[in-house]
Amino acid sequence: MKVIIIGAGKVGYTLAENLAAENKDVTIIDKNAQALEKVEAHLEVMCLKGTGVSANILLEAGVAEADLLIAVTGSDEVNMVCCLTAKKLGVGRTIARVRDPEYAYELSLIKEQLGLDFVINPEYTAAEEIASTLGFSSAINVERFASGRVRMVELKVTAGMGIIGKKIKEADKYSSSSVLIGIIVRGEEVIVPDGEEVIEENDSIYVIGKVSNIYKFCKLYGKYPDKIKNVMIVGGGRITYYLYKLLKDMNMNVKIIEIDKNRCFELSDKLPSALIINSDGTEEEVLLSENINQMDAFLSATGMDEHNLMASLIAKRLGAKKIITKISRSSYINIVRDMGLDSIIIPKLITTNQILKYVRGTALQSLRRIVEGKVEILEFVVDDTSELIDKPLRKLNISADTVIATIVRKREVVVPHGNDIIRRGDRIIVITMEKNIATLKELEAVVIGGNQNERRNGIKKFGDIINM
Amino acid sequence: MNVAMVSKNLGTLLICEIVAMIPAVVVSFIYKETELWAFIYTISILLAVGLGLSLIKPQNKNIYAKEGFAIVAIGWLLISFFGALPFYFSGAIPSLVDSFFESSSGFTTTGASILTEVESVAKGILFWRSFTHWVGGMGVLVLAMAILPSAGAGSMQIMKAESPGPSTEKLVPKVKETAKILYGIYILITLVQIILLKLSGLPFYDALIHSFGTVGTGGFSSKNISVGAYNNIAAEIIITVFMLMCGTNFALYYQFLKGNIKGIFKNEEFRLYVAIVTGAIVLITFNLYGNIYGSVKESIRYAAFQVASIITTTGYATTDFNTWPSFSKLILLLLMFVGGCAGSTGGGIKSIRILLLFKTAKMNLMKMIHPKAVYSVRIGGRTVDERTIADVLGFFFIYIIILCAAVLIVALEGKDLVTTVTSVITTISNIGPGLEIVGPMGNFSSFTDLSKMVLSFCMIIGRLEIYPILLLLMPKFWVK
Repeated sequence: MKVIIIGAGKVGYTLAENLAAENKDVTIIDKNAQALEKVEAHLEVMCLKGTGVSANILLEAGVAEADLLIAVTGSDEVNMVCCLTAKKLGVGRTIARVRDPEYAYELSLIKEQLGLDFVINPEYTAAEEIASTLGFSSAINVERFASGRVRMVELKVTAGMGIIGKKIKEADKYSSSSVLIGIIVRGEEVIVPDGEEVIEENDSIYVIGKVSNIYKFCKLYGKYPDKIKNVMIVGGGRITYYLYKLLKDMNMNVKIIEIDKNRCFELSDKLPSALIINSDGTEEEVLLSENINQMDAFLSATGMDEHNLMASLIAKRLGAKKIITKISRSSYINIVRDMGLDSIIIPKLITTNQILKYVRGTALQSLRRIVEGKVEILEFVVDDTSELIDKPLRKLNISADTVIATIVRKREVVVPHGNDIIRRGDRIIVITMEKNIATLKELEAVVIGGNQNERRNGIKKFGDIINM
Repeated sequence: MNVAMVSKNLGTLLICEIVAMIPAVVVSFIYKETELWAFIYTISILLAVGLGLSLIKPQNKNIYAKEGFAIVAIGWLLISFFGALPFYFSGAIPSLVDSFFESSSGFTTTGASILTEVESVAKGILFWRSFTHWVGGMGVLVLAMAILPSAGAGSMQIMKAESPGPSTEKLVPKVKETAKILYGIYILITLVQIILLKLSGLPFYDALIHSFGTVGTGGFSSKNISVGAYNNIAAEIIITVFMLMCGTNFALYYQFLKGNIKGIFKNEEFRLYVAIVTGAIVLITFNLYGNIYGSVKESIRYAAFQVASIITTTGYATTDFNTWPSFSKLILLLLMFVGGCAGSTGGGIKSIRILLLFKTAKMNLMKMIHPKAVYSVRIGGRTVDERTIADVLGFFFIYIIILCAAVLIVALEGKDLVTTVTSVITTISNIGPGLEIVGPMGNFSSFTDLSKMVLSFCMIIGRLEIYPILLLLMPKFWVK
């Protein structure tokens, strides 16, 4: 598959990195020679200097034979024009990043004329993700599957929780196994646990199941989510704009602190009922005077990572209950976690996940990548040609790194056990450490061909030995 | 410096050299020569060293520019050394220094020889000597990348360090695929030439030897007086055309195969290359006609072959151009500097650099007339960035410095001026023959061991375009 990416910024780089790792032929176009140098030095992709709007450059990049063009430059307009030009030159599909609210809401009108197959709005998606995390306050992160019927929440195991020291199967028994502990992250290590795994303090666990069951699970282990009422947001960017609208619908009180006066006026013009404070959110005095200790949640979403980190650390010290930090560079993630800030939103990664899901094709209902892409959570609809159906799960030869986490039927959500059976039309949610699974068929190969898998790994290892 | 990763890659490279030696072993076996043992000894040594190194498990698997340069520089020294062992073990070349000279000359596609009597050497050994041209022409490490699995992004650094030209570009996004395409084109050209030479009446073995020498732009022949020995016009025309083809950027053939024929003629470097070749042939023809040869046809025949041979840095000869008038010899001497195109198998400074140097000179003159004006150097309608220009200027300077230093050392021999200077030019530009003693009918056997070592290093320095080897000498390069 040939992919052209326009814009070698943060998102463009991450996309190129992931797509190249999935063995796609990637060509990246950017005006900035320095950005390209970085790409060229680290990634197996072709670099082209120039602007993606120019038909000549696009032709040189082989647009006519390309299957996909992704425009992620800093400018919405450039992105749209790139897609329009590329479509005229015969590219397969196009994806544009469009994030200005002025366009975003009206895009459906002109999407077709512009030849856009898919539009991504990282800020809006980030806002959605923050909103769902706020809807479940004890979780670090919340992911939604099967149109919201199944959730996966990331919980931090803190001192005093009843689950510490228990084996997974004991925990299951105690909570009458209505949910599944799918992944444990212990330091740098990622575990897809079996029943014998013991949960330790400071683990991050990913719990997957029906919404109500997750609530029960949390209540049982002393992580009962508080209802969030008051939210303070530092930074009045696009995320804040989208998030405000979402939180308003959830009946929360939102307070926005923005340093730039003009931006404050703009925001208050667009969000007439919002409480907007023109001040510096990284100053302790300001936060105190705005009653930070009364806040149920605090979000720092300015354009500067450093400011966000400082604001979050101050808010944590001053007693805000739940703290969410937006950062733009994923390389910070471990440092930030070490500082005790757990809920981190990286719009770049959200965008990347969305595009990767789109690239892998329609068979995939949803794709989430967590723990820096080490684990993927995939959602499929099982049709009757599948080899998985009508067999008890224990008879399927599942490779150690893959778990069928949930089966979603019309009326029920099943956290499966050895005797459960997948039926036609079920949606299944799979947790896997295998890479690059795009269709149910490939999943079957992983699930059923456990031995084959071993052989393949053997070959891979051999390749590693003699590799350059 | 990631020493573990560099060593591991070097180990893999030595194992690849074993693969490259197999055809020569087969030839030796077919002709039932006792020299077969020389290869078997060498392969055993390579296997031991190569396996030992490649079993190293580096913790950090990243290759950055520094490691890329180190792998290429040390790699070339190692393969030249191990490539010399068959000559030494078989007794074909009794001295180790001479063997190293011959092997470096082979891998760097120079074609300068210390053998006075080629025809009596065993077929297997001669085959290996010519096959090193073929492997070295496109690059040993590029070959390794094409055949080995999972070459990561770091391998681009290696390719950049090994491929000739100021800026190496990938043809397709993946380095491995690029290496495969390049070798695919290379193999195709080689096969076509072997068939054509066979049809022109050369024995099959000779067709092989001369095809390797031509496509690698090397110049080792199986005859004492090179291609002239056959006195076969058809073969001469075939070799002329293929030399010129292999002095061209291989990326252009990829464009050609993709159907972009116009693009080739729009390529400024290619146009300059064609212009220089035509100009040189015309000038030399005029100079030779009446002076040396009686007919225009004969003059063109010898002029064209010699010009193609020198500019592509191959080094075959159909006549002793040492006896030509000074004007013709000087033109050939200038062509020695120019060399082929970037991304070809040829050596020399490369046409693209000459083009850039001239354009930069012109720009500087313009700037003197209009001091405040802003000019940019353009190639093919695109602005060349300042850094590339600075690199090219720097390259030219170091090239001349190395040339001077080597000439000074070789001058200790007390040979005449022309021999001394041309012997260095011809080795640093990877051509083969120079003038006077080292002329097309002469050889390098009369030099001392010191000069031979200096000239061997000149060849490797020239093939890798100076920087990798020079970096090895910088103490900072080795600091962790």
